[in-house]
Amino acid sequence: MKPTDPAITWLEEKPLGLAERLYLPLFVGGLATTARHLVSPKVTVSFPEQRPTVGNPLIYRGVHRLNRDEEGRVKCVACFLCATACPAHCIDIVATESPWPDREKYPESFQIDELRCIFCGMCEEACPVDAIELTSLLDLTGKSREEMIFDKEKLLSVYDMTKDAEPMKSASLGGTL
Amino acid sequence: MTDYLPSLPTIVALVKIGLLIGGLMTAAAYLVLVERWMAAWVQDRKGPNRVGIPLTKVRLFGLGQPLADGLKIILKEDFTPKHVDKVLYTAAPLVILAASLAIFAAIPFGSSLPPIPALGLAGEEPLLVAPGLDVGVLWVFALSSIAVYGVLLGGWASNNKYGFLGGLRSSAQLVAYEIPLGLGLLGVVLAAGSLKLDTIMNAQASTGVWYAFAQPLGFIVFLVAAFAEAARLPFDLPEAEQELVGGYHTEYSGIKLLLFLVAEFLHMVTAAFLIVIMFLGGWHLWGVTGSGPVETWTVALLRFAVLSAKILGVILFFMLVRWSWPRFRFDQLMNLAWKVMLPLGLVNLVTVAAIEEFRPQLVAAVGEGAAKTAAIAIPWVVFFVGWIAAGMLTPSGTDNTPIRTHGPLDIEHELVEV
Repeated sequence: MKPTDPAITWLEEKPLGLAERLYLPLFVGGLATTARHLVSPKVTVSFPEQRPTVGNPLIYRGVHRLNRDEEGRVKCVACFLCATACPAHCIDIVATESPWPDREKYPESFQIDELRCIFCGMCEEACPVDAIELTSLLDLTGKSREEMIFDKEKLLSVYDMTKDAEPMKSASLGGTL
Repeated sequence: MTDYLPSLPTIVALVKIGLLIGGLMTAAAYLVLVERWMAAWVQDRKGPNRVGIPLTKVRLFGLGQPLADGLKIILKEDFTPKHVDKVLYTAAPLVILAASLAIFAAIPFGSSLPPIPALGLAGEEPLLVAPGLDVGVLWVFALSSIAVYGVLLGGWASNNKYGFLGGLRSSAQLVAYEIPLGLGLLGVVLAAGSLKLDTIMNAQASTGVWYAFAQPLGFIVFLVAAFAEAARLPFDLPEAEQELVGGYHTEYSGIKLLLFLVAEFLHMVTAAFLIVIMFLGGWHLWGVTGSGPVETWTVALLRFAVLSAKILGVILFFMLVRWSWPRFRFDQLMNLAWKVMLPLGLVNLVTVAAIEEFRPQLVAAVGEGAAKTAAIAIPWVVFFVGWIAAGMLTPSGTDNTPIRTHGPLDIEHELVEV
């Protein structure tokens, strides 16, 4: 694009007034701003002692959980939709024939590598039975890589841990179940 | 029998040097913490508040941070790049630190101690490493100029574009601002009639009029020049991170970098000392510390406390300014030095000289009290007139409007012709 292009609107710089030429009013203004911020309330969250507030837990994308149905069984039907949707390929499911009459398959093993996960929430979107959900747990730490691969029991225990604070999203959001 | 023992003045001088260097190094470390706190508070953050007593969980508002910072930077690898001039590269931080520490030989860090007969000190003991030095101001000025060598050597020996540019910029800036610094200083020297910083403080204490009030123009010129000499924002062009990575210390790491950083902080402390001693009355405060000899420990401690409080206040101002005002561009920096500060400094010098010269005639004409008022009022009139004149007359900078007839991207017709 040329400087003469009609699409460009050239703005003239305003000539400096007396106040600007004397520097002083602007210097005082700058100092006043910093002095005000010096004493204003701080926004820092002192993390381990002070928990950050999660705006809306329903849409927060933290640690995964595997939901249970009314009978306490894992809700998952091992359809592999979440594993297919996952852009980070962090979900590993081994399906087997279901012992229950209401579904054909269920996951014999269900593993999520939390270190590979990018917490995009695609698995949650993809799940047809609302079995996998992202909670608002945000401080996910571990001492080894192995520890960070969450298996079925661990994911179910996350559900047991968070079900009271965060009920299944399907009910409140009008999900499929 | 005691021939091999050093004499009493030597011991006293050594003790003072020890106290001063220990105090300055500790102060520099803690000022880094204060600087980080100020930066955080201005940005609505809390700042370092975790590190406390080592190996415990006591936090103490982060007061252990300087120790952790120091240990970290000392234990880091002291890497010397292949392409540097090794001798100069090593000498540069030493030169700059030695010069900025040696300055304090002539700077009083308090008034004086009362006589201590038990130790054989019969008279008042001035809190000054070299009390006999009659040219204290010259000493300070000369050594602060040597700091330029450290910066220039560091930039040159680094054999690096950024380092070199930083060194060049720095030397141009420091040399340019030494002139307004000197002019601001001359006004005070002229009024006090002495090159001793002690005498300058005493002169302010005995009249009760600080030179900041008697010479407002000189104060502003000196303050701005001191900011530039300490390379603090808004004049931190020597190490403008956005443009020059680290400036003259880009290639430095580990303990050599630490020496540079400490020297920089010491420059700021020196500037604060000089501002307080020469323009803000030193240890004098109306109603708290008056003039006169130091006879009791209370007076001595009170004066020390007043001086320290003032210096801390000036340093906090330095730190607040860092986040208040944007950096000057290099041409603006030079404009300010040569076209604004230099003339204003000269105007101040002439005003002070004229007042000092005609003071007897003034006293004879209008009486003692009115003459004293006039000696303060005239500089203030000169201050406002000079400031407004400088604002109106000096060029406000270069023309920033782009050239529209032929821009850098306008090469299409040339391509067609070829």
